[in-house]
Amino acid sequence: MQCQRCKDQTATIHLTEINNGQRQETHLCEMCAEHEGLAIKSQIPLNELLSTLLASQSSPKEQPVAEVAAEDEKSCSSCGMTMREFQKGRLLGCANDYEELADSLEPIIEKNQGGNTTHKGKVPANAPEDSKKQIKILNLRRELEDAVENEDYENAAQIRDRIEHLQ
Amino acid sequence: MKLEKISKQISKWFDGRGPHSEIVISSRIRLARNIAGYEFLPRLKPERQAEILEKLKSAILSVNVGEEVFFIDVAASSELEQDLMVERHLISHRHARGKGPRGAVIAGTEAFTAMINEEDHLRLQVFKNGLQLTECLAEINKIDDEIEKQVEYAFSPKYGYFTACPTNLGTGIRVSVMLHLPALKMTGQIEKFFNATSDTDLAVRGLFGEGTEAIGDFFQLSNQITLGVSETEIVEEFTNDIVPRIIDYETLAREELLSSQKAVLDDKIQRAMGLLKSARLISSQEALFLLSNVRLGVNLGRIKDIDISTVNELFMLTQPAHLQINNNKILDSEQRDIVRAEIIRKRLSQK
Repeated sequence: MQCQRCKDQTATIHLTEINNGQRQETHLCEMCAEHEGLAIKSQIPLNELLSTLLASQSSPKEQPVAEVAAEDEKSCSSCGMTMREFQKGRLLGCANDYEELADSLEPIIEKNQGGNTTHKGKVPANAPEDSKKQIKILNLRRELEDAVENEDYENAAQIRDRIEHLQ
Repeated sequence: MKLEKISKQISKWFDGRGPHSEIVISSRIRLARNIAGYEFLPRLKPERQAEILEKLKSAILSVNVGEEVFFIDVAASSELEQDLMVERHLISHRHARGKGPRGAVIAGTEAFTAMINEEDHLRLQVFKNGLQLTECLAEINKIDDEIEKQVEYAFSPKYGYFTACPTNLGTGIRVSVMLHLPALKMTGQIEKFFNATSDTDLAVRGLFGEGTEAIGDFFQLSNQITLGVSETEIVEEFTNDIVPRIIDYETLAREELLSSQKAVLDDKIQRAMGLLKSARLISSQEALFLLSNVRLGVNLGRIKDIDISTVNELFMLTQPAHLQINNNKILDSEQRDIVRAEIIRKRLSQK
C-alpha cells in the first residue's frame, strides 16, 4: 500500500480513527507518519536488530544449481532415488543418497544451511570411536580456520598440533 | 481412550505461565531422527514401516519421561481424533493424514510427544510454557539419549543425524518460540519484523489456524539452519539475543500504546470483550482475533476479572475438532459457530 502523504513510499503505519462515529483510515510511510507526529518512534529498529543479530551467522553463498540432465538421472544404488525425483518431492529415499548423490546434493545443502556443509553438535553416545575421532578433527579444523582468520597464529599452531596428534 | 480426557484440559505449555509469558506463550524443541539400515519414509515398504513403528514405540514407552505416557495409533484414529491432536500441536497435519503404520507417544500433560513415521522415522518434541528453551533442550536430550540406547540412529560424522529432507540435516533440531505480538501489529511494526526475518535464517508463521497465515497476532519463530551450528548455540542465540530483543520491542510498543493511544487501545479491548460476551455466532477466525485483543487487555491490566489461563483455554477449546469431540457429535460450520459463541459467552460471564 502506498503512503497517502508522499505517494511514494510503502505505507507501514495504518491508523484507524473514529471521530463522532465516523471511521477514518490513514495509511502512511514511517517518515510521513513521524512528520505528522503519528508514529511511535522506534528506539530499537527491529529490522536492523535482526539483521545485525543474524549477520553473525554466515550468509548462504551463491551456488550455481547443478542441473545437468545426466546428474538428474543418476540414481542411488540402495534405494533408487534420483535428483529428479528429489526435486519433485523434496525428500530423500535413504541415508545413502547423501553419499551417492553428493555431487548434486552438496550445493543444495550448502544453500539451505547458510553455507555450512559439516555437522557440529550432538553425537550419539554409541557412535563408533572412529566417528567420534573424525568429528573431533572436523571441529578442530573449523577452529583452526577461525584462528587463522583472526590471525591468532599461536592458537592456530596449537590446534594444528592437536589435529596431527589425533590423526 | 485418553484423547477424550485431554480434549477438555489445558496443555501444560499453554497455561499462560512461565518466564516472560506476557509475550512468549511457549517454547518448543523438536528433534528429527531416523533408524540406521532403514529407508526413509518415501522409500519405506509398509511392512518395514510397521517394524519401525513397533521398534520405536517400545523404545519410547520404556523411557522414563517423568510422567505417564500413552500410545496412539494415528493410522487407526478417526479424522476427528487426528484433527484434535493437530489442534493441540501434538502431531502435525502431515502426520495426521499420512500413509501407512504410524503413531504417537504422548505425555499426559502434553509436555512431550513423539511422532513415529512422520516425515522422518522419529520426531521428538518437548513443550514448555514461557521462554524455557534451555530447559526444553536438557529434557529432550535426556529422552533422546535413552532412546538411542535401544535403537541405532542413522548418523555420520560429516553430516550428523541423517534426515529425509536436507533442511533438517545435522542436528535435526527445530527450536521455536510462540509469541504474542499484538502491540507490534497495532503500531504497524510487525511488517518490519516479517521483512527482517524473511532475509535471515529465521522462519515466522502463525500459531493457530491453517497454513502459514498468522491469525490473532500469534507468531511462531524458529531456526532454519540445522547443519554446522550446535544445538546449544542455536538455543543460546534464541534465549540470550533474539527473543529478549523482541520482548523489549513488543513491551516498548505496548507502553507507547498505553501512554499515547490509551482510548484507542481500551476501545479495541472492550469492544472485543463486548462482542465475545454477547455474540450468538462466532467463526473460529473471529474468535481468535477477538481473544487476542482480550489477551492483550488482560496482560496490560486493562481487564482485571479474567485471567490468562481462561483466555488460553478458550483459544484451545473453541477449535473445530475440540468443539465436536467435547460435544460428542459432528457439527457443521454454522452449528460450530453457535456452540463456540455459547462456550465463550458462558466462560467470560463467570465471575
